[in-house]
Amino acid sequence: MNFKGTDNYIATEELQMAVNAAKTLQRPLLIKGEPGTGKTMLAEEVAEALNMQLIQWHIKSTTRAHQGLYEYDAVSRLRDSQLGNEKVNDIANYIKKGKLWEAFASKKQVVLLIDEIDKADIEFPNDLLLELDKMEFFVYETGETIKAVQRPIIIITSNNEKELPDAFLRRCFFHYINFPDQATMKAIINVHFPDIQGTLLKDAMDIFFQIREVPGLKKKPSTSELLDWLKLLLADDIPEDILKGRDHTKAIPPLYGALLKNEQDVHMLEKLAFMLRRES
Amino acid sequence: MGVPVSIRELLILLEALELRLAFCSIDDFYLLARLCLVKDEKYFDRYDKAFTAYFKELGDIEDILESLIPEDWLRSEFMKNLSEQEKQKIKSLGGLEKLLETFKERLKEQQARHAGGNKWVGTGGTSPFGHSGYHPEGIRVGGESRNKKAAKVWEKRVYKDLDDSLELGTRNLKVALRKLRKFARSGANEELDLDNTISSTAKNAGWLDIKMIPERHNAIKVLLFFDVGGSMDPFVKICEELFSACKTEFKHLEYFYFHNFIYESVWKDNVRRYTEDLPLEEVLRTYSSDYKVIFIGDASMSPYEISHRGGSVEHMNDQAGYLWMNRLKAIFTKVIWLNPVEEKYWDYTQSIGMVNQLLENEMYPLSLQGLEAGIKSLSH
Repeated sequence: MNFKGTDNYIATEELQMAVNAAKTLQRPLLIKGEPGTGKTMLAEEVAEALNMQLIQWHIKSTTRAHQGLYEYDAVSRLRDSQLGNEKVNDIANYIKKGKLWEAFASKKQVVLLIDEIDKADIEFPNDLLLELDKMEFFVYETGETIKAVQRPIIIITSNNEKELPDAFLRRCFFHYINFPDQATMKAIINVHFPDIQGTLLKDAMDIFFQIREVPGLKKKPSTSELLDWLKLLLADDIPEDILKGRDHTKAIPPLYGALLKNEQDVHMLEKLAFMLRRES
Repeated sequence: MGVPVSIRELLILLEALELRLAFCSIDDFYLLARLCLVKDEKYFDRYDKAFTAYFKELGDIEDILESLIPEDWLRSEFMKNLSEQEKQKIKSLGGLEKLLETFKERLKEQQARHAGGNKWVGTGGTSPFGHSGYHPEGIRVGGESRNKKAAKVWEKRVYKDLDDSLELGTRNLKVALRKLRKFARSGANEELDLDNTISSTAKNAGWLDIKMIPERHNAIKVLLFFDVGGSMDPFVKICEELFSACKTEFKHLEYFYFHNFIYESVWKDNVRRYTEDLPLEEVLRTYSSDYKVIFIGDASMSPYEISHRGGSVEHMNDQAGYLWMNRLKAIFTKVIWLNPVEEKYWDYTQSIGMVNQLLENEMYPLSLQGLEAGIKSLSH
């Protein structure tokens, strides 16, 4: 079964190709793109579309590679030994399975999301090379080898905070999610708000893309912000023509708080609107 | 400049092709090859260029059809693969020639209607160009041509901005910042705090209580020298913003300004440069040798400004500029010069060569790539 997007996730052809290639060739798929373009959501939607379980591994700056495999809790074993607990004799009691182990051990194929891999230490991806390649690893404490029963579909997201090592990149497929164009954006909105009025949608999108084009914005509004904004507009049940009838005397779009998350950006927009007003 | 790609990736691409992930469609092939071979969006533009160069001739759909339509002797082979029913149908449509003609027309029509989101050739059920019945390697191209948008993508070169050999601008400032941050700090590992562990275990009546502390951060110290005045000002502004944005990440970061080249004094505040200049000797005395020094300037001046006493354009310098540079280099071992002038023009300006020589080739272009290379040299 091929991934074609879901009822609430529009996947471009490029993205479909990327997911299907990763699925067919059983190699990790590295996803990059602007914040808010649905990188993390992709894994959730792939899992749903292919009817698989999703295992999520969210990476933080302190995350170590071996935590994804397993952790040996030496401290509680030491404590248990002081207490004379029976458990202490079996080392397996102190091995905590990580997300990769979980994904490998699953009888059914799963989707494994390694979210924001660039947050971790720079060596992190290097420590996972063999595990992602062969999809197996060795547990030193118990001497067993964990091998993937079904090679999971691995989706890795990155925000480009750190460069990823070449050796790691060579093992992945790479896809860069572009910011959606007007047509794709329309499709995305229709998925989320099927009943939206045509004119409202058009006006809102015009404003949205205009704002995105304002040079020097600290944080450009992204898809998720547009969706939030539309939700607010709809919830407020504002008259249909409020966006259309917007003349330049109105400084910034209504409920702008959903679109602009930065005080300086709001100021800048106000200033621009003021200048426009003076010209006209 | 090419796209870095290894044999391994080529093999993966071949494997993917073997599994028919892209088939008889230049658009799919474009996507698939990019997926397999290109691992950073900054190379997308180069990939697009290479792709265009290679596939330009194939771009025209007429040509693709021509190359896919079998020669006469092949056509009979082609007909053999059809069932009686289909042959009848072809006949009713006016023969193979006519059919191909219609096909081309429909394809054109379809492209025009694409934007409206209408059906494709062959999926409506009336067209003989359905998926079934035909020689599978023959005309599938019609069915696969849905992705016309991508055909233009590699010619539009939408990823141009992401190429890192371009000079620093606001677009890639953020990426440059990340590189600097990486330079400024090392990983925040945790390590065992032995003393604390012992004392808290003791307090705990012998029960082990392990304490961890974060590893100490890397203490990179930097001295920055900016060339101000004239053509350098916009670049200086970018660089100032760049470095001040990550100022907190460095243990020490000091700015100094100079004009064209360094002489006996520099200044810290550009507004009060004539009243509050700072002897370079004092700078050399104040900062220890583990500081790393970064010059930012175009190094484009008259050669005398470097080599001769009194060569400076602004004042009468008692000692030649290169002497000061050598003194500075004697104290600080890690010195680089970032130059906003594109590297290919360096040879045309004598003074650039002179500065580069003074710095033992530690001059880098002020682009992401140059910044990265420079930082690498500083951290070694």
